[in-house]
Amino acid sequence: MGNDYDVLIIGGGVVGSGIARELSHYKIRIALLEKEFDVSFGTSKSNSGIIHAGFHSLPGTLHARLSVEGNRAFDRLCEELEFPFERRGSLMVAFSEEEMQTIHMYYERGRKNNVPYMEFLSRAKTLEMEPNLNPDLLGALYAPSTGIICPYEFCYALVEDALQNGLNLFTQEKVVRIRRGRPRTNVRGSAEASGRGRGHPVEVETEKGSRFSGSFVINAAGVYADDVARLAGVANFKITPRKGEEYLLDRRVANLVRRVIYPVPTPISKGLLVIPTVDGPVMVGPSAFDVESKTDHDTTYEGLKAIFEHAQKMVPSIRTTDIITSFAGLRPVATGDDFIIGPTKMKGFINAAGIQSPGLTSAPAIAEMVREILLKEGLKLELKADFLARRKGIVHIRKAIEERKFEKVEEAIRADKDYAKLVCRCENVTEAEVSEAVKRGHTCMDAIKFMTRAGTGRCQGGFCSSRIMKIIESKTGTPLEKITKKGPGSELLLLPLSKGGV
Amino acid sequence: MKLNVDALVIGAGPAGLGAALSLKENGIEDILVVDREDAAGGILLQCIHDGFGLHRFKEELTGPEYAERDVRSARENKVEILLRTCVVDIINDEGLITAILLSEEKGLVRVETKALVLAMGCRERNRGNIAIPGSRPAGILTAGFAQKMMNMFGHAPGREIVILGSGDIGLIMARRLTWEGSRVKAVVEAQAYPGGLNRNIVQCLHDFDIPLYLSHTISRITGTGRISSVEVTPLEHGNFAPPGKRFSLACDTLLLSVGLIPENELSLRAGVVLDQATGGAVVDSNLMTSVPGIFACGNVLQVHDLADSVSEEAGYCGTAVARYLRGETKKAREVPLKTGNLVRYVLPACAEAGKEALISFRPISPAQDVVLTVRTDTEELLRKKERKVFPSIMHRIRIPRVPETAAYLEVSFASEEK
Amino acid sequence: MKKELICINCPMGCCLEVVYDAKKVTAVKGNECPRGKDYAAKEIFHPERTVTTTVRIKGAAFLVLPVKTAKPVPKDLGSGIVRAASKIIVNAPIKAGDIVLHNVLGTGVNLIATRTAERA
Repeated sequence: MGNDYDVLIIGGGVVGSGIARELSHYKIRIALLEKEFDVSFGTSKSNSGIIHAGFHSLPGTLHARLSVEGNRAFDRLCEELEFPFERRGSLMVAFSEEEMQTIHMYYERGRKNNVPYMEFLSRAKTLEMEPNLNPDLLGALYAPSTGIICPYEFCYALVEDALQNGLNLFTQEKVVRIRRGRPRTNVRGSAEASGRGRGHPVEVETEKGSRFSGSFVINAAGVYADDVARLAGVANFKITPRKGEEYLLDRRVANLVRRVIYPVPTPISKGLLVIPTVDGPVMVGPSAFDVESKTDHDTTYEGLKAIFEHAQKMVPSIRTTDIITSFAGLRPVATGDDFIIGPTKMKGFINAAGIQSPGLTSAPAIAEMVREILLKEGLKLELKADFLARRKGIVHIRKAIEERKFEKVEEAIRADKDYAKLVCRCENVTEAEVSEAVKRGHTCMDAIKFMTRAGTGRCQGGFCSSRIMKIIESKTGTPLEKITKKGPGSELLLLPLSKGGV
Repeated sequence: MKLNVDALVIGAGPAGLGAALSLKENGIEDILVVDREDAAGGILLQCIHDGFGLHRFKEELTGPEYAERDVRSARENKVEILLRTCVVDIINDEGLITAILLSEEKGLVRVETKALVLAMGCRERNRGNIAIPGSRPAGILTAGFAQKMMNMFGHAPGREIVILGSGDIGLIMARRLTWEGSRVKAVVEAQAYPGGLNRNIVQCLHDFDIPLYLSHTISRITGTGRISSVEVTPLEHGNFAPPGKRFSLACDTLLLSVGLIPENELSLRAGVVLDQATGGAVVDSNLMTSVPGIFACGNVLQVHDLADSVSEEAGYCGTAVARYLRGETKKAREVPLKTGNLVRYVLPACAEAGKEALISFRPISPAQDVVLTVRTDTEELLRKKERKVFPSIMHRIRIPRVPETAAYLEVSFASEEK
Repeated sequence: MKKELICINCPMGCCLEVVYDAKKVTAVKGNECPRGKDYAAKEIFHPERTVTTTVRIKGAAFLVLPVKTAKPVPKDLGSGIVRAASKIIVNAPIKAGDIVLHNVLGTGVNLIATRTAERA
């Protein structure tokens, strides 16, 4: 009976986390079930981190409406939740007369979608703004409302706020069975809340054997949304994983571009971009390639070549020798190409599926849309008087060091001596920050990396990994050989040298 | 906290300690050495194998034993070493050098110094840098990181090992892992010749029948949580061979020994100009960088193969810094050094006319029966037959006196003439 | 009989051509110094290596102590010596040169510490 909820959310990416945070405003019991070791470990952690302006999307689609709405919400969200976000603006660059016509088409789309402040820039103006662009360009569409964020920090911030407002988070819980349950006889804590679904909640069982029931279930399961819908008997769409590879460049070329640089898009994706990140380094990609397997996250040689060929067309000084690291993720592309957000034939089972680009941008608006759907479906929502809208981020000193504002560093050290203990030399991350990440529940190397940036720099963990492992060991008691990269099965080291060797 | 010293040395490995000891020998007392690790000794502390000190001490020592000699000397000579301290910035303000330190013991420390010695060593090139295609599972480690985990933390990375790169670190780890009971299935090397010393090929591969695949590389990594296999491909004109020629090796660990990069990020913040060929600073005959008062020695200046030559260079550097501090570096004319036939780089960038020159250099590729020559525009200063030369072995020569009127000094390997 | 060897005495790594019979080495060519001749003789009949490994240590600022065989030992004993060493736990303080294991595997050679560990 302790696992009865008003709303169960399946999937802890930005969509699920955004919905969780939104619903945590209200006096209802909510649970978030995530199958990986930590939230954001699906598609969200591979996201390019762009908050699109909204001119790419076809007017009249959910893509268009929700991305423009979502885009607007980020200033407030960033202030409340303390994740890094900057409105850098973007340039869609044209290299031919034909492309110039295409960007005019996108301008019109943008106007229809209510994208603010767009402008056409001449070749001269474009190059003045971004001197490292290929001088062969003819002009650009400038959209100042485009922004950049760190997608996993955003995800963690949403979840942390939801947690302090009562969310129940369950990680390493993969849903394997969904069915309509027996009527609830004893509904705790939210007797009137569950409305129409109250009588027959949805029952969910996980691979570990845990059982949950919810008057409502939100399917925010990313690339597995069609599988989850099938479990509920309502699979009328298919998710095709569309892989995107990205390459992160060394900080020494961090200022090649300040704005997001879009080419003219392809039929299946926004194209291969040059993307400044909010923490500094420039990224190139993502490619777009439909794959068979939902676990194919491989980077490829062909992908690298294609990405750099296109990136160099836009910014000629980009080199493959600037690569620091690379990764790939899967976009959940649904049949019909638009978001699938709405109730289904199973009462209480609601889809928030097919959330590929502009999914990250739309996440805040998707959360509100799902809230409205829940209201329509009978969920009573009463606002909490004591909702905690603000969540404190981890204080990082990297920027202070970079900007030579050493008094800020001294201030941090006065508050916590562990700020004097440098753990990651490349990104200037200290023990104080890593310890805080562990305290907040991030106990695998990847999650700590995402939360603090330790390990993302030039040496890719060569110096800091052993220190991070020692901190995890001392704070959680986990022996070194049990510390993982991203959950059980990904242990970093296999064997202590003892008991007669390997 | 604020400190004021005559010389600040960044790094307490053989280079930093060597420079500090040399400074003391030359009468400079007010020096501070800082190091980010828990103990002085640098990378040598994790190099538990032997082969160190043959030239300097005429004995074969292990890394820790070699380090301990310098650490003991440092203690005896009252060299002050601040451990668990990172330098996060170097500010160069019109000749006044300030280093910003984050010290576990002392918090943020501002050190104003008249001279700075860069001795930060190298970091390793890693999987991210070389963009090996495939998945990103656990079990991919640089050889140096695996060495640290084994030799300082007592943990082996895995049981079934593949090593990419036949540099010395990879070879040494092949032996270490085999002795510990793991199975090293192969060492894969992209060049047509091994990257490490011959003696290590024997002691680390031949001794254990570990196959070495030259002109091969890894074209793909497979595995979800932990690595499960690698795809090895022959290289054809620098490209992966067609899939039919590739083969798979099951493994639970991939070690990367694919190159060392001098750790010069701090140097760049200070405005030091780097040499593309070495990855280290461009230095003059005093091992001084483009920034007056900032010197460099050891692996951060150029990747060395022998600790002995690091110590030699560091000693030379310390003497030069001492002269600088005493205002004695009025320089005679600078004679540029040039790379001649088959030479990849020469260090330093110039020599002083009329003075002694200590020159380091490496060949671009292996060669046999060549003649090493050092000549100026008008005369030949040195000629020496070399039976075999390798890129993996650095050469170092002393020119007792650079001719006063030399326009340049060129170092080259010519094929043997009659 | 003839064999090609690489001398491992120093980083030169001279390629040696060794001629030998059942009992002794009769000729060595290719060595740049006299040690090469001694190496050849040893390597053909009684190859030896210095073995380096670690043992666990308690009471020090670090977790494992590097050790080595005080002299080269028969080549094939490497893994056995490392296995024996892995069973050892020593206590700080210990000085570089201190004996950690006497007469390892009956070779008459001791396993000695190569790093000094003070009491933490």
